[in-house]
Amino acid sequence: MSGQADIEETIMIRNAHGPQVTIEIAEEHGLTKDEYQRLTDRLGRAPTYTELGIVGAMWSEHCSYKSSRVHLRTLPTEGERVIEGPGENAGVVDIGDGQAVVFKMESHNHPSFIEPYQGAATGVGGICRDVFTMGARPIALADCLRFGRPDSDRTRYLLGGVVAGIAGYGNSFGVANVAGDVKFDDSYDGNILVNAFCLGLARTERIFRGTARGEGNPVLYVGAKTGRDGIHGATMASAEFVAAGQDASVQSDADAKRPAVQVGDPFMEKLLLEACLELMESDVLVGIQDMGAAGLTSSAVEMAARAGSGIELELDNVPCREQGMTPYELMLSESQERMLMVVERGREEQAMAVFAKWDLDAAVIGRVTDSGRVVVRASGEVYADLPADLLADGVQYDRPTARPAYLDSVATFAVPERATSGAAVGEHLLALLSEPDIASKAWVYRQYDHNVRHGTVIRPGAADAGVVRIMRPQPQSGASAGEPAAKAIAISAGCQARHVYLAPYEGTRLVVAEAYANLVAVGARPIAVTNCLNFGNPEKPEIMWQLAESIRGLGDACRQLETPVVSGNVSLYNETDGVAIKPTPMVAMVGLLGDARAHTTMGFAGPDHEVAVLGALAGSLAGSEYLACIAGRVAGVPAPLDVAAHRPVFAAALAMIERGFLASAHDVSEGGLAVAIAESAIAGPESVGVEVKLEDALALGPEELLFGEAPARFVISFQSERRDAVMAIAREHGVRCSVVGRTGGKEISFDVGAFNFAIDLARAKTAYQRGFLRVVE
Amino acid sequence: MIIGVIRFPGSNCDDDAFHAVHRVLGPHGMSGRMIWHKDVDLGNIDALIVPGGFSYGDYLRCGAMAAHSPIMAAVKRFAEAGGPVLGICNGFQILCEAGLLEGALIRNQSLSFICEDVNCVVEGRPTPFTWAIPAGRHIHMSIAHSEGRYVHPDVASLEQRSQVIFRYCSADGEVTDRANPNGSMGNIAGVCNSAGNVVGLMPHPERAVENLLGAGGEDGRTLFESSLAYHRGRPARVGGWQ
Repeated sequence: MSGQADIEETIMIRNAHGPQVTIEIAEEHGLTKDEYQRLTDRLGRAPTYTELGIVGAMWSEHCSYKSSRVHLRTLPTEGERVIEGPGENAGVVDIGDGQAVVFKMESHNHPSFIEPYQGAATGVGGICRDVFTMGARPIALADCLRFGRPDSDRTRYLLGGVVAGIAGYGNSFGVANVAGDVKFDDSYDGNILVNAFCLGLARTERIFRGTARGEGNPVLYVGAKTGRDGIHGATMASAEFVAAGQDASVQSDADAKRPAVQVGDPFMEKLLLEACLELMESDVLVGIQDMGAAGLTSSAVEMAARAGSGIELELDNVPCREQGMTPYELMLSESQERMLMVVERGREEQAMAVFAKWDLDAAVIGRVTDSGRVVVRASGEVYADLPADLLADGVQYDRPTARPAYLDSVATFAVPERATSGAAVGEHLLALLSEPDIASKAWVYRQYDHNVRHGTVIRPGAADAGVVRIMRPQPQSGASAGEPAAKAIAISAGCQARHVYLAPYEGTRLVVAEAYANLVAVGARPIAVTNCLNFGNPEKPEIMWQLAESIRGLGDACRQLETPVVSGNVSLYNETDGVAIKPTPMVAMVGLLGDARAHTTMGFAGPDHEVAVLGALAGSLAGSEYLACIAGRVAGVPAPLDVAAHRPVFAAALAMIERGFLASAHDVSEGGLAVAIAESAIAGPESVGVEVKLEDALALGPEELLFGEAPARFVISFQSERRDAVMAIAREHGVRCSVVGRTGGKEISFDVGAFNFAIDLARAKTAYQRGFLRVVE
Repeated sequence: MIIGVIRFPGSNCDDDAFHAVHRVLGPHGMSGRMIWHKDVDLGNIDALIVPGGFSYGDYLRCGAMAAHSPIMAAVKRFAEAGGPVLGICNGFQILCEAGLLEGALIRNQSLSFICEDVNCVVEGRPTPFTWAIPAGRHIHMSIAHSEGRYVHPDVASLEQRSQVIFRYCSADGEVTDRANPNGSMGNIAGVCNSAGNVVGLMPHPERAVENLLGAGGEDGRTLFESSLAYHRGRPARVGGWQ
């Protein structure tokens, strides 16, 4: 192209409906001076207002991962089961039989703080679209939620709204919500976390990707009409909440940002799902991507960038909900439940017929080019003409890091005043059971449909992980005799942010180990990981250090445990008034059970079962729930993950479960051994008492023994006749397995040398079942 | 025996119902057939399920839009001719809105969605879906709804006509306030029409047909086994086929 043509093209670009772009306006769009300079250098001119909007969204932290990408690149993303790693809408993992699971986790923190119901609802909607965009039918949801101090009115309001929003969207859309966690900490007071996970099932030969291939192929818009909702959502999610001015509050900043939150329509999404899956049965579809953050802008740019092609959009054809929307607004709207697709040229009618069947709006709004550029036209004029690669990969930083000073002050701690009697220890156990972080979350999951789609094998609250049955493909006719047993997928999602705060690298490894242990406890073999990294402002070196260390820990643990990271999401700027949240790298791990029937739950199955601890008996009080709850201190360096020592424990637990020897299995985590044993006593179909004797560990204090925390420990139970077989497996793996008690009776009793105590089972149950209600009632 | 399952836009338990009758009860002589809401003919079926979900998003009153779908005229003809019709959850709401069943389902007393296990005692007149279940037996199923609180202007008359078919009860079979999950009048979980061939209930029998699943056993099979026995015109052994 000659220089002359370049100039003509530039002149043709319209800058109507917007001011002349200046550096000030660029800064309002979140661009730094350097970034603006880079943009004008590459364009050879000033951007139009529409172009600035597009660039501001694409270069936001939310869309560009500009601060984290350099670190994320170090994660292990490959494995023999991995079909699609990070970079697509969701990760894809082979589970045999021509089937694949497709999953991802994503944050909707900022919108949920501003408007909890819609913020959380659209978070669920967005993650489900990411999954079915790939050709998978969503079959399981999980949500990880973090709120501020449990005794505040604001927490009650936000928790109620978020849970209702997740329920309102997920129940209507029709996916079982089977896992996740809810925790509270002061650091989330001004910045809650709502991380939604979705897993879908696809056939390996029908995985779809977000690529715009084939010059001349039409670009289709399908789904809800575009309105002025959610404009600047991505930019909003990439900034802190601040109290602007002396009289203003964080709440007023959040209130002012409310128009940037979208409104969800699960019914529309259900229609989109069914229509997309139906269309995917044909060979009409070339590429597909949902319009999530930064709407039409990001979907068009990413589809063109992945294919190395270009896209021309004709905005006059976009179905609109409101009149007079400018190109700027159309490109940045985050109206929900919309999809962008590229179909084979000449097959438009076939696609349109499917959408008409499902009463969906659809329109051809552009075509694929080979120009490498995203061109936006309206009313016959060009409003934007930008290189796709500049938008998709234009900015990246290796930001400075600095070890935070607080780490020195929290590195050591004095053990709090020791209990002087068994009764006092018993009261501590009751206090822990009623801690909202530990107590039953039935109030939450009772509001989620956890059974829809006839797949839920293990429901929330019954075990350390949710388990969903996977029907193997229908046998061919004539081969109906002996249908093979169904498989199952297990999901664990969560994060102990206290450990990450105290030791970002080691703490994140522990988060991975915990997810691994949760899957093992239900009898699943872990296969892959997704994550959602929630941190503060990455421009602060101390926060950036937390993030970098955490990603290093995530990578090392996943490499050592052979669970590749196949998708993920980063949420930064989780700060209010300059105060960051505790670093919270949420990890969701997925495991596979070859036979769905061979699963375990955490509750003791009945009386007269032997109870044993697999793995080390005692743990450390450093960073423990006990220290936080009883002594009000968050300090110490948590007991580290030792893969060489801990992997055999996981292997032994799996062997015991897969051979059918165990009646229950429960990972020992927050609250230590005593809490795990009490939970197993409470959680069965019929609660049952337990008598525990821990005589061979008298050298330790009762606190370390009962409430200490360490990775790779399980409370297991089995019938007496299984004892020899269980012990033999432990020996084979060279791991410790200590029989510590027997189920039965109506008490949870511990005999720990001088510290004997017994708690009435009903009392423990009440503490566990009502502990959470004090947050919501 | 062929059981039709209607798919409305927003139905999300259609697949659950189809799975229960076609795959789980298939070996016992049942098969399922999906029916699109825009169709005007049910085709050759022996019984019909109006499944759960959120038809049309339930943005209006639950079931109100679906009750006016093109297929509903055929459903009414089928019901008036004595064809067995089972409405589950949203399907129950749709049948009430369509005038095929009496009463209405309003917002749960707790004002929130409830997903949990319940027990229901089976009573009332014989219906195609309960006639092989001994009266007074209670069965274990799960509920999942926001609007499941049954109301009726004259519950006593409904009871006199033996049209109350399921009531929420305790694990011991006692009909108590504590066992009532949503504030339904008289603990009513399900009813039938005056002819007895149209039944609606809020709990999900189609989710309780396999012991593998965590939704609490196989009691839901008894409804489908009843309809099979009814179709074959002979009494059934309930709770397992030998």
